[in-house]
Amino acid sequence: MADAKVIPFDDDRARGARRTKRGALASVGEQASAARPARRGPLAERSRERPSGAEGGAAEGGPASTPGGGRGPGAVARPGALERLLGDEWDRRAARGLSFLRRRLTGEYEVDDFGYDAELTEQVLMSLLRPVYDAYFRVEVRGIENIPADGGALVVANHSGTLPWDGLMLQVAVHDHHPAGRHLRLLAADLVFVLPVVGELARKAGHTLACAEDAERLLTRGEVVGVMPEGFKGVGKPFADRYKLQRFGRGGFVSTALRAGVPIVPCSIVGAEEIHPMLGNARTLARLLGLPYFPLTPTFPWLGPLGAVPLPTKWTIQFGEPIPTDGYEPEAADDPVLMFHLTDQVREKIQHTLYKLLVQRRSVFF
Amino acid sequence: MGRVVLVTGAARPLAGRFVRRVQREPDVDLVLAVDTEPPAHRLGAAEFVRADIQHPAVGKLLVERSVDTVVHLDVNATPPVRRGSRAAVKEANVIGTMQLLGACQKAPAVRRLVVKSSTHVYGGAPRDPAVCRETTVPKELPGGGFAKDLLEVEGYVRGFARRRPDIAVTVLRFADVLGARAGSPLAEYLTLPVLPTVFGYDPRLQFVHEDDALAVLALAAGEPRRGSLAAGTFNIAGDGVVVLSQCARRLGRPTLPLPLPALTWAGAALRGVGAREISPEHVRLLTHGRVVDTTAMRAILGFEPEYTTADALADFIRVHGPGPLPPSTVHRAVDRLQEAVRHG
Repeated sequence: MADAKVIPFDDDRARGARRTKRGALASVGEQASAARPARRGPLAERSRERPSGAEGGAAEGGPASTPGGGRGPGAVARPGALERLLGDEWDRRAARGLSFLRRRLTGEYEVDDFGYDAELTEQVLMSLLRPVYDAYFRVEVRGIENIPADGGALVVANHSGTLPWDGLMLQVAVHDHHPAGRHLRLLAADLVFVLPVVGELARKAGHTLACAEDAERLLTRGEVVGVMPEGFKGVGKPFADRYKLQRFGRGGFVSTALRAGVPIVPCSIVGAEEIHPMLGNARTLARLLGLPYFPLTPTFPWLGPLGAVPLPTKWTIQFGEPIPTDGYEPEAADDPVLMFHLTDQVREKIQHTLYKLLVQRRSVFF
Repeated sequence: MGRVVLVTGAARPLAGRFVRRVQREPDVDLVLAVDTEPPAHRLGAAEFVRADIQHPAVGKLLVERSVDTVVHLDVNATPPVRRGSRAAVKEANVIGTMQLLGACQKAPAVRRLVVKSSTHVYGGAPRDPAVCRETTVPKELPGGGFAKDLLEVEGYVRGFARRRPDIAVTVLRFADVLGARAGSPLAEYLTLPVLPTVFGYDPRLQFVHEDDALAVLALAAGEPRRGSLAAGTFNIAGDGVVVLSQCARRLGRPTLPLPLPALTWAGAALRGVGAREISPEHVRLLTHGRVVDTTAMRAILGFEPEYTTADALADFIRVHGPGPLPPSTVHRAVDRLQEAVRHG
């Protein structure tokens, strides 16, 4: 199972880490060799936790039928489900849809100070993203319980993939999987809010500008805020640098979390790096268009808009143990050395988790 | 002896209502209403003084009548008459404020100065924080128009506050005022039968109800209550936010999304035929929107607005009536659709 799916890393430290990880996995693998065939099945693929045994797979049996729908048992289950829906359920659904339509058309809904339209996000935007999440990228979420059920938290994730699909998938992951149904409020680059339509949708989906003021306001209100500190350096890095975290800014996100006294939840996303393998960057064109980079992938811009369709990679999103920040004095947020240290700690944590997940990954696409 | 209050810009409807309101305050003896044009509305027992604040005569008035409270409301986005020029408005805003402050500086009796400003000072750019505080410095300062005037006016007021530390200076940055009679540019815009909007943007808007605007002006012009401090700069806005599309649906007015340059042309065309104009700062508001933080208003000024942004809008709709597509009609249309789905 080994070499085909492990991405070769360039630096020695990473290679060493991989070797030890592979050794560790081998011993785990021997113990759990009986469980391994099961991991290829649709049940285990869907499971949110790492499959620890037979009971894990059985517990996930219910929801597992949806993603497998394309091939196998789920496809048989679907017409049955539809028939059931077309009974009494149908009338109720239509009524619900029409009352939604009525509220939208008469403007009787609420938005918050940031322009977050909870109803539109839940009923429309999430429904549009869910097929991409479930069927296309087949995202597997682990450690979602590391996001607290109430109060603020800052989710810090790696950023990749040329187009920020990872942010959107992270939002769906938190929304669909968190037991308390929390909403992730993403911090986005200013470019997002300059662009028409994109900026409008981003605000309605609860995103806001990545600046300390907005982040602190959201965190002190007790929201879960998502940030990708690598920014354009991460999302627009060449394919050769995949899964190598870029610089994490100056640690502004850590001092914001410290001021708000909320825990930092490190998050590693595997799979997004390969959706648009960025082989080159047309810098002159990017400068002309006012963009931070202009990607050249094997398909884009050669195939036109069709080339911008992401590759259907298999994703894993792993939330790590929260790092508490409430043990520091308030003035600690102004201490650059401490901020740098904490930033590095978060970064290392994400990077190590990425390596671990890469070693466990069977293939980029499955 | 009671207080003597001088109100500038009294010919405008909001200032007129303020003049009538402030003379009912028990400790106020005399209200002097100043403007270059006689007002169309009644001013009650107030004494109207036809004067231009750009003229030194106002200084003499301040000393002779020993005015102790100056409420400067003559800072306007639009000319008093429809065909007035932008240059004259700028002159009145900036030079008028400068002269008035100069006059106040030489008037020993003045104890309190209240200046009406607007949240337009924050500009409104995609690179600014989503919610502006009083201390927020916009990344892109407004380059011209009313917003630039306000920046200059506030600059003069800050300089004045430094030179006369014995005077309590309050700057109130109002969000767009809506009410039965308030003629703010946004209010005029919202009465258009079809609302031209910027394609691809849905700005967040905040409103203040006219009654709240008057109440907070009276509060700032009066003696501060215990535990509150009326000096400083405060954002004044109703709670909550509406986005423009939502606002248009509640108003029952269809929107017409235009690309950004086309909206500027449309604005110029409207002005050309003598209709309501769409000014550059207005286009800016319609593109990026603006939301302000009102913590200081509550905590320091001690003011609780009666109307939320949504309430102010609802009251505006009640007075001005819904547009060609009232929400009730839409509601009935959806009901009919529901019936059709159920039976057919």
